[in-house]
Amino acid sequence: MTASSAYLPPGLPTPAADLDDLGFWEHCNRRELRIQRCSACGHFRHTPMPTCPACRSMDFTWAEVPGTGTVFSHTIAHHATHPALRGFGPYNIVVVLLDGADDVRMVGNVVDVAADEVHIGMKVVLHWEATAEGGYLPRWRRA
Amino acid sequence: MSFADRTAIVGIGESRYGKRASILDISEFALLCQAIKAAADDAGMDIEDIDGFCSFGDERHEPVRVQQALGLPRLRFSNMVWGAGGGGCSGAVMNAALAVHAGICNSVVVYRSLCQGQYQRFGQYRPRPIGGSHMAPFGLLTPAQFVALTFRRHMHLYGTSTDALAEVAVAFRSHAQRNPRAVARSPLTYEDHQASRLIADPFRLFDCCLETDGACAIIVTSRERARNLRHVPTRILAAAQASNPGWGLGPSGSHNMAIDDYATVNSRELAKALFGMAGITPSDLDVAQIYDAFTGVVIMALEDFGICGRGEGGPFAQAGNLRWPHGALPSNTAGGLLSEAYLHGLNLVIEGVRQMRGDSTAQVDNAQTCLVTSGGAQAHKSALILARD
Repeated sequence: MTASSAYLPPGLPTPAADLDDLGFWEHCNRRELRIQRCSACGHFRHTPMPTCPACRSMDFTWAEVPGTGTVFSHTIAHHATHPALRGFGPYNIVVVLLDGADDVRMVGNVVDVAADEVHIGMKVVLHWEATAEGGYLPRWRRA
Repeated sequence: MSFADRTAIVGIGESRYGKRASILDISEFALLCQAIKAAADDAGMDIEDIDGFCSFGDERHEPVRVQQALGLPRLRFSNMVWGAGGGGCSGAVMNAALAVHAGICNSVVVYRSLCQGQYQRFGQYRPRPIGGSHMAPFGLLTPAQFVALTFRRHMHLYGTSTDALAEVAVAFRSHAQRNPRAVARSPLTYEDHQASRLIADPFRLFDCCLETDGACAIIVTSRERARNLRHVPTRILAAAQASNPGWGLGPSGSHNMAIDDYATVNSRELAKALFGMAGITPSDLDVAQIYDAFTGVVIMALEDFGICGRGEGGPFAQAGNLRWPHGALPSNTAGGLLSEAYLHGLNLVIEGVRQMRGDSTAQVDNAQTCLVTSGGAQAHKSALILARD
């Protein structure tokens, strides 16, 4: 699949970064998957938040992670729940348990499989999808 | 003495209920006023005795406007529980009881109005300014999808089948068929369920709650005042709000709740608090009203509240245990959110009160205690145990 073929149709909401998660999206736009990691105790956390839930330290780094993971759960969306999805679908939505980031999960899509092929336990790798705004969204391919 | 000994639910009121966009001749706000007037009439109290107002996230109509429209002389307490959807519903009842118990109010109304034909639909995308960036760009847009993900994991862990989902939908529909207020009363079979279109796999159309128009309200007052009113009072034996540690926004966020909590409805801490306060166990319950935004939520709630063991929710339902009149725990005896109406769960509290009064259209014989749970896919949860006084 090429970067120009988007998995979902244009018109869906795009990330609207705030001061808590700006670093995450800025790295995505450079095709780097970096997850917030506590500088004091090393615990990974997501989505980005000001304080480490494990030790309450507010010091952190954006730690690069391998960009591989496992499908933790999935659904196939059939019903058009947004005007941009009328006449489109079905499409998969997955929760990916990341490798090398404690128990951090990310919501995403596996772009290169038929809807009924997605299953829990499937190994996936990052697929950077170019956005109309010139950035990148983290989606997934079968490993 | 706690508020459980000092307060009671004395009035219940409902507007007419209809399918989404079927009520367009009268405003949502007018339906709300009808419901509150009906609750005062039901209680047999002077409406001017209402001096407190409680609701929960997603209510549109502020207490000051309700007070104004109903010509009420006093507003002494105005309170909204955090969280979107129905999670705060039982919490709003709790707050009403606390305000009465504290001596701040004489009588508090708890209310919900929700006309999806006049305002937005909950089954369609709504922007979520906090956390939405990590969901919506990936097409994760609505509660059916949020819970489909957690329930899919439940199927994986425990082998839960969609037959269990069908049983929940069919059982609650059979209860709704006895209830003249219910919006969905046509017969529903297992085959109808399995043949209905997929919304978010594994959920089909009949796994999803209704989209309706309507309003409802209940009135909480002191147990002492309750003795002089029309009905046998319904006691609030226990009320609790809770969220498991680290849950955050859970399935309506980025799905980073604790892995051991993932295939749950975030109600295990809630159940501990609730049954601890009530001094009873799940086996003591006579009837239940379980928040049923989706059939799968019911399966997971049965486990969280200890009505059955973890992973046993599917078989428990499939054995007919939720059915009136012979199941071990007849549930959602008015049809629930799946078949009566979607009032974010306040109609479940009303049905619980009817059971305690002996007035349900699917009355459980000699019912003395009723569990009411609030919340599906959203953040924190709340629940009640009602008791006949």
